[in-house]
Amino acid sequence: MLQLSNVSFRYMKKPILQDVSFSFPVGQIIGLVGENGSGKSTLLKVLTGILRPSSGEVLLNGTPVTRRSADKIAYLPDIDLFFDFYTGEQLFQHYASQFEDFSYDKACIVAEFLQVDKSVKLRQLSKGNRGRMKMAATLGREVPYYVMDEPFSGLDPIVREQLIKGLIQFTDIEHQTILLSTHELYEVEPILDQIILLQNGSIIAHEEVETIRDMSNKDAVQWMKAFYKKG
Amino acid sequence: MTIDFSRDKPIYSQLVDRICGDILKGKLVLGDRLPSVREYAVETGVNVNTVQRVYKELEAMNITETKRGQGTFITTEEERIALLREEMKTQLADHFLTSIEALGFSKEEMIVVLQNKS
Repeated sequence: MLQLSNVSFRYMKKPILQDVSFSFPVGQIIGLVGENGSGKSTLLKVLTGILRPSSGEVLLNGTPVTRRSADKIAYLPDIDLFFDFYTGEQLFQHYASQFEDFSYDKACIVAEFLQVDKSVKLRQLSKGNRGRMKMAATLGREVPYYVMDEPFSGLDPIVREQLIKGLIQFTDIEHQTILLSTHELYEVEPILDQIILLQNGSIIAHEEVETIRDMSNKDAVQWMKAFYKKG
Repeated sequence: MTIDFSRDKPIYSQLVDRICGDILKGKLVLGDRLPSVREYAVETGVNVNTVQRVYKELEAMNITETKRGQGTFITTEEERIALLREEMKTQLADHFLTSIEALGFSKEEMIVVLQNKS
């Protein structure tokens, strides 16, 4: 169980996250949505131990999360992967050296599913293919938590669709949890169990996706938009 | 295949309708084996938990049966499918009546239109 407990984060006196509390159960795909600047990236970095909260705690199975908790959490950042002179193959070797839970074979299978060539240098790949490679490397790690910062950002609809399918195919819903931030809510909604809406560094709403439709005959995008009309 | 889901109904219920529709159209036949939960989830671009709910619902409706270790199969009971046909016709009729009432048309007017349709 991964938990945020009254987490606040300030950057140079500016509050980015304000008293955020949430429990992320195992076996769900959770979408984090919110406007640009709402604090999504920061929340994910705090969750993975890359940033330390100014106050509050991030707990993984009761123990505070540090960068070393990285052994239970696989993080896919929104920036391009470093080492762009690496080939995909070298990237996988690097991950294998860093993470005990990395399965080289699985990463290769995912890469094949996503139709990306691991023998090509990352910087020579198109943006879409770099996105595929990032996903293959990340899913190659067998961990209980995947945290992905805008994994579909800037990618064309075909790539997005393939990445979404790859996500479903290569994760085990019973033992793994995926938390991903996205702006492409319309396309991603069908794979989400739950959605969290972040506004100005606070969680202003969270709901099970099917409940939104069941109760209000609206989809998640319409549900989300309603919060902006009010405020 | 990724489906464009309509916005107003739960996704699991749209998939239940879709599979029932496939049966009525003959795309799925008595005794056919459905894809595994994960396969269907990947095919349709939907969460595995949702597909599990779909398959559970179909089983509760007696449209399908799960055989341990073998998978999920469309029923072999023809009567159940005949009943499905009737249920679907009634559902369509209900939707139709709601739509026409909203515009103030009567059932009788529409019957005339339908009969004149070739």
